[in-house]
Amino acid sequence: MAADFGQFFINSLPDLLSGLGNTLLLTFVSITVGFFLGIALALGRVYGNKIVNGFCVGYIELIRGTPLLVQLFIIYFGLPSVGIIFTPIQAALLGLALNSGAYQAEYLRGAIQSVETGQMSAARSLGMNKLQSIQHVILPQALRISIPAWSNEFIYLLQYSSIAYIIQVSELTAEGKFIAAQTFRYLEVFAMIAVIYLLLTIVSTEIIDRIAKRLSIPGIGAAKRVSLRDI
Amino acid sequence: MEDSSMTMLEVKDVYKSYGDVAILKGVSFTMEKDETKVIIGPSGTGKSTLLRCINQLSPPDKGHVWLNGVEITNPKSNINKMREKIGFVFQDFNLFNHLTALRNVSIGLEKVKKIEKEAAHKRAMQELSRVGLEAQAGQYPAQLSGGQKQRVGIARALAMDPDLILFDEPTSALDPELIGDVLDVMKSLCGKVAMLVVTHEMGFARNVADEIIFMEGGIIVEQGSPKEMFTNAKMARTREFLGRIGALYGDQEGG
Repeated sequence: MAADFGQFFINSLPDLLSGLGNTLLLTFVSITVGFFLGIALALGRVYGNKIVNGFCVGYIELIRGTPLLVQLFIIYFGLPSVGIIFTPIQAALLGLALNSGAYQAEYLRGAIQSVETGQMSAARSLGMNKLQSIQHVILPQALRISIPAWSNEFIYLLQYSSIAYIIQVSELTAEGKFIAAQTFRYLEVFAMIAVIYLLLTIVSTEIIDRIAKRLSIPGIGAAKRVSLRDI
Repeated sequence: MEDSSMTMLEVKDVYKSYGDVAILKGVSFTMEKDETKVIIGPSGTGKSTLLRCINQLSPPDKGHVWLNGVEITNPKSNINKMREKIGFVFQDFNLFNHLTALRNVSIGLEKVKKIEKEAAHKRAMQELSRVGLEAQAGQYPAQLSGGQKQRVGIARALAMDPDLILFDEPTSALDPELIGDVLDVMKSLCGKVAMLVVTHEMGFARNVADEIIFMEGGIIVEQGSPKEMFTNAKMARTREFLGRIGALYGDQEGG
């Protein structure tokens, strides 16, 4: 049985690895695009005028108020009817990035607002303009403060990128389903996949933790350790 | 543009309200180059608001402020350029939490004055040693005592080569034994840069100020040299305030 599982594992490996590649692609691209989108939205909410702020609030509420699955369906199945056609991977990347941007915006907004107002006053009184003050004083602090929340967002994306299988993206979970359907060995296949997700989560948490420690500065955000128990 | 006979700072008829509450009700005064003026008065009188109106952190509702003949309150003035010339030292320090003492002092030089990093650090180090903190250059604000933080705050203002430094109750958040170091640094600046100081330190006001301005209820009640104010104040209210605050803070030491 054990030898048999070993053989089965080795046979499944190429398919699983190619699925894993797509999972990592979805995770890294959407967390990165979502990060920059999140910064723009958060800054718009905190510092924007009424129109900019209204737009950002509208976007964030729209995304956070609707299921990710529905957003993916609209992008992949809905948009072709108005002539916008994406491949499955494109649709999934777009959907996850737009979705993550809204959530990251809210983490960042909280972090930006937790930076004391005196920091902005001090930057402005040196002669920095608003943009310089944000760039050199507010964001470096806010980003450090938001690392623990951001770590959660990363792990969330890693795991929920599996939803992309519903729009035919052959990521890790989709590959597993494919193998299981052919071999009927559902338990073993999904146990393997669960272990892969678990290992990825542990490794990425550890990496983010180390980055947080390297960037940590006495007195800011106290680089709280996000342990697996918190996830 | 800078002519030596010109008034360095002119504040004229400044009004400021927050909502329905009128804080400043027409404040006017002038300062000459390198002069030290101390503003005293009860809490909630608009002293800090006045400082923030001068560098436009809180723009006045009405009135004008000129620095070296250029009107700061004119919307066409480049306020960022003007603020380079006006240092601000805060009651609660407001050091940049994510930067070392050295970078706190050099960041204005690097990002605002666009001075090369190495030269900026060198200048910042000079300012830190001027306030006695070269040994703390690599420390973050959270690792400094209150008195050290405030001296970094002063060094940060000095590095920009300002014409004027505004001090907003610079020692009010400090433990009593730390106040002396900060006041010593401020005293050492007398006559080298103009200072407008809001403080309750009567010793400092008495021994260091060229002029004392007594404010209450959003207006200047009386102003004069320390000698006039302490021994021969014209207004009963000034005498009463100085008597009370003198008993509270002591008016002989610390100056």
